[in-house]
Amino acid sequence: MTARTAAAIASLAVALPLAGCVSFYEVDVETPIQAKIDTTSYQRVLVAGFLNGGSEAIDANTETARLLRSQLRNRQEMRVVDVDALPLVEEMDQRLGLTAPTRGGDTPRFSDVKALEAHTAIFDDAEYWKKIGEEYQQPLIVTGTVIFNEVSRSGVVSRPQSFVNQQGLEEYRTVREYTDMRGFALSPTFVFIDGRTGARLYSESYHEEALYPAGQNTPALSSYFELMDKVLPSFLNTLSTQKIRGTRVLLK
Amino acid sequence: MRIHLSLVFALVVGLAAPAYADRRSDAKAQAEFGVTVAQRGLWKEAAMRWERATEIDPTYGAAWNNLGVGYEQLGRFDDARRAYEKALEVEPSNTYIRNNYDLFREIYDRQNRRRDR
Repeated sequence: MTARTAAAIASLAVALPLAGCVSFYEVDVETPIQAKIDTTSYQRVLVAGFLNGGSEAIDANTETARLLRSQLRNRQEMRVVDVDALPLVEEMDQRLGLTAPTRGGDTPRFSDVKALEAHTAIFDDAEYWKKIGEEYQQPLIVTGTVIFNEVSRSGVVSRPQSFVNQQGLEEYRTVREYTDMRGFALSPTFVFIDGRTGARLYSESYHEEALYPAGQNTPALSSYFELMDKVLPSFLNTLSTQKIRGTRVLLK
Repeated sequence: MRIHLSLVFALVVGLAAPAYADRRSDAKAQAEFGVTVAQRGLWKEAAMRWERATEIDPTYGAAWNNLGVGYEQLGRFDDARRAYEKALEVEPSNTYIRNNYDLFREIYDRQNRRRDR
């Protein structure tokens, strides 16, 4: 036996146990995502209202408060306080000595979060929130900002196009074309406040967009709900543990 | 001299190979038991078995992958990420592991993104 043969045999001895068929098993999993804040000391949750800006096609303050309340009723343990959304913009206008312009202009009053900057001071006004907390039996308070804007984008997009092949069968191919898209963008920031102390506990921001072909007429409210659907799982996960169902592969 | 060295090398490898095979066999037994109990929903027990398997044989990619799944199921996301990444380090071209990792990262990244406490 030559040295080379001996080495080859030795290598084979090492390699053989490594070879073989891989067995795999698909299993259903429910990944638990822990709540981001501890709500065990609260019995109630109050969706107080939002500083809203952007398109006036919808009342983002009222719609957001209504939607969050209905979601919270079904998806967590705390009792949801049933109360109309507070007009936070008007509250801050009054404090800042501002007169709100008449509605109906082409340009929104607050086109982005930066334009609302002076108004966001309300979230740090512990006395104000403490007073509201006392009124509603010291709940966890949900507030924040919601900017809902019309957007338009142009660019190359891919889409499937059907064609009939030489055998007369319908097939699909991907075509790329320059398209004008229009739609809406939603940028909410949720602020969670302790109704006992008025202190800000936690906040998180999102940005989502829904774009449609320019010729398609999508109602603003429909697009708003589409965008909120994307944000809601994470919002709910702030207050309660959520489980995400899926599958994974185990190997042997 | 060259032949002598080669023979010594072959002898060392030849002796080491059965030991390695035994180790892999022990690790495999642990990993397989882990899969069995995981299929019954006993994820803590399963994770413990896969931890043992990876301790016995740290080059066992399947056990690292399973450990990633187990930790994920138990909500131990940072541990899951480390386990999946170790699995990919050991078996970079394994598509099962890659798919599991990609699915996990979707959840992991979503949980960690845009959080400004």
